[in-house]
Amino acid sequence: MYAVHPAAVSTELAQFLDLGGYAWKPVATTADITAGAPPEGWAGAIIRLGGHDAHSESQNSEGAGGTDVAWAVARALREHAAATLPVLVLVRGNALDELTMRDELFDDFCLDPFHPRELEARLAHLAAASNGGSTEIIEYGPLRINLDTYEAVVDERPLDLTYMEYELLRFLASQPGRVFTREALLNQVWGYEYYGGARTVDVHVRRLRAKLGEENADLIQTVRSVGYRLGTYRWR
Amino acid sequence: MAHSMRQGHAPLRAQPAFGPDRKGKATVTIPSPTIPNPANPARERPQDYVLRRVTERRVRLIRLWFTDVAGQLKSFAISPAELEAAFEQGMVFDGSSIEGFSRVAEADMVALPDPETFELMPARNGNGEDISARMFCDITGADGAPFDGDPRGVLRRVMDRARAAGYTFYVAPEMEYFLFEPDRVDGRPVPLDAGSYFDLTTADIASDIRHRTLSALETMGIPVEYSFHEDAPSQHEIDLRYADALTMADSVMTFRLLVREIAFEHGVHATFMPKPLAGVQGSGMHTHMSLFADGRNAFSDPSSADGLSDVARGFVAGLLSHAREITAVTNQLVNSYKRLIAGYEAPVAISWARSNRAALIRVPPTRNEGEEATRVEYRAPDPACNPYLAFAVILAAGLKGIEEGYELPPETPPSITGYSDHGGPAYGHHLPASLDEALDEMEGSALVAETLGQHLFRWFLRNKRREWSSYQTQVTQFELDNYFAAV
Repeated sequence: MYAVHPAAVSTELAQFLDLGGYAWKPVATTADITAGAPPEGWAGAIIRLGGHDAHSESQNSEGAGGTDVAWAVARALREHAAATLPVLVLVRGNALDELTMRDELFDDFCLDPFHPRELEARLAHLAAASNGGSTEIIEYGPLRINLDTYEAVVDERPLDLTYMEYELLRFLASQPGRVFTREALLNQVWGYEYYGGARTVDVHVRRLRAKLGEENADLIQTVRSVGYRLGTYRWR
Repeated sequence: MAHSMRQGHAPLRAQPAFGPDRKGKATVTIPSPTIPNPANPARERPQDYVLRRVTERRVRLIRLWFTDVAGQLKSFAISPAELEAAFEQGMVFDGSSIEGFSRVAEADMVALPDPETFELMPARNGNGEDISARMFCDITGADGAPFDGDPRGVLRRVMDRARAAGYTFYVAPEMEYFLFEPDRVDGRPVPLDAGSYFDLTTADIASDIRHRTLSALETMGIPVEYSFHEDAPSQHEIDLRYADALTMADSVMTFRLLVREIAFEHGVHATFMPKPLAGVQGSGMHTHMSLFADGRNAFSDPSSADGLSDVARGFVAGLLSHAREITAVTNQLVNSYKRLIAGYEAPVAISWARSNRAALIRVPPTRNEGEEATRVEYRAPDPACNPYLAFAVILAAGLKGIEEGYELPPETPPSITGYSDHGGPAYGHHLPASLDEALDEMEGSALVAETLGQHLFRWFLRNKRREWSSYQTQVTQFELDNYFAAV
């Protein structure tokens, strides 16, 4: 699902997206980024600078192009999902200066009016790049897990985990902030047949915390009378 | 095997995760965890995990561990190159050289490493080289059938029985041991801090050992509940945080090795001998226990007057009824019975109580810890036992009490503090006073025979009878001191 800004999407862009089979959703403000996020998360974003003035209800008072809102949306996307969510900017040839000093807010740009072939190629390229090629990495705060090599690292220190400790950490880290009950963890990580019972989860969490070390033990949080989660709330 | 239990694993949906966090780093999509290694689809994921970790961490040596019937840790090392074959076919070894493993015409045994027990050993010199790892093994015969002399297999079987009845057995032992000077004087052990209460050097050593031991335990996945305290001179106690009994038996084996090795590195001798010094209390392995069913503590019943469920009552009654029969297993040395005497905080009478520390089984108050903490504490075992066999017979005795609905005798009142008289027929029995007596009790026990299996049961009795006979040939210091001049 692509986030598309401004919300008043031009006919050409809507047509391009629909014909290309892209799932997309208009995003008017920064609040829509989190509030309107699909359950599986955004796949990417297309931001048109200074949209079509005639159609956009420019919520900002200054600047005919409404680029302030556009860049705020781009910044919100970065905060929302860091660098893994590819952002493509559509910019008119006479407004290229807008890009200056804002490299960190977008991954690629395309001249507007765009050629559908070019936009398609650039989106495909971005999607491939954001999937990280062949290496799958989960990062959360000081924690990094390489899913290919099973390497788990905290503060650049390798963690020596047993298989089940690794599986539990990987599972929790795959959805940071989400609270899992012990039963859910038992079913998903161990499989329902495992004979340790739900207490097994407590035992492994305790061991994981010990191996994370004192300063990072609180990465795995106990949510009283519910279960466990990695990190803080999913929505802040 | 534990890893085969993962077949019911629900695949994760690929899902990008997100959310602001303290350092704002990104997350990506998660592949299904059920995918086998593409290079070798037949290999299971836990084994694949171990093989990859060995490569990534440049592990030089993999120690394969198992336990003989006497409770001694046995180890052989293989190189990373042999690991894959070890997973697939196991490692063949000569069982006739292992205590309790030999059977006529069947010397070849196979050790199958359990990949879920793979742990790196703490670096000995701290420079990161010479990295080794360990895995516990299950033992089979050459035909691949589980070997009935394997203590780990014995415990697995009883745990499986408990599981069939819906229970998981959790244990948390309190490990006690002594630190001594490396050399004995006139054949007697010298406590590390004897007569040197103000000697900073020995205090520093003890504190350094303590620190190293705790950190080694935690990095090897053996969480500690409470830190040390000392009762007798040079005595230490480390309480391990609960785990299922099989995991805990593995942990006890690891614990004993780590404590000894770390002490040795400091030029000190650690011993788990139950009673190394006359006149001071010995080392016990008080074991806290509970059964869980459907994620709930089956020992707890908030609606009963004392908070104990019928399951707990049956378990305690079973343990009390069979206590004499299982003592040879929980206290397996001649020396064990020097600890089980009156006056040194060791249990003697077969009794239970909530607030009487002299009782064999104590039901500790749980205060505000909640239902989960409801447990019973069996105070007979000592740390020289074979933990697999000890947990197995304890669990079997408790299960028997539940299955047959044994009635729990009244508890020992707090007022009774004496050890010799617990005042009435309900408390009339005592633990065996010697290894000899304990073996007699064990020999007549259908429960222990069934739990250990005939092979192991027979071997244990034969071996321990020999130990007792050998002890009987000795003339002790006590006899010389008391009789030589007087008679």
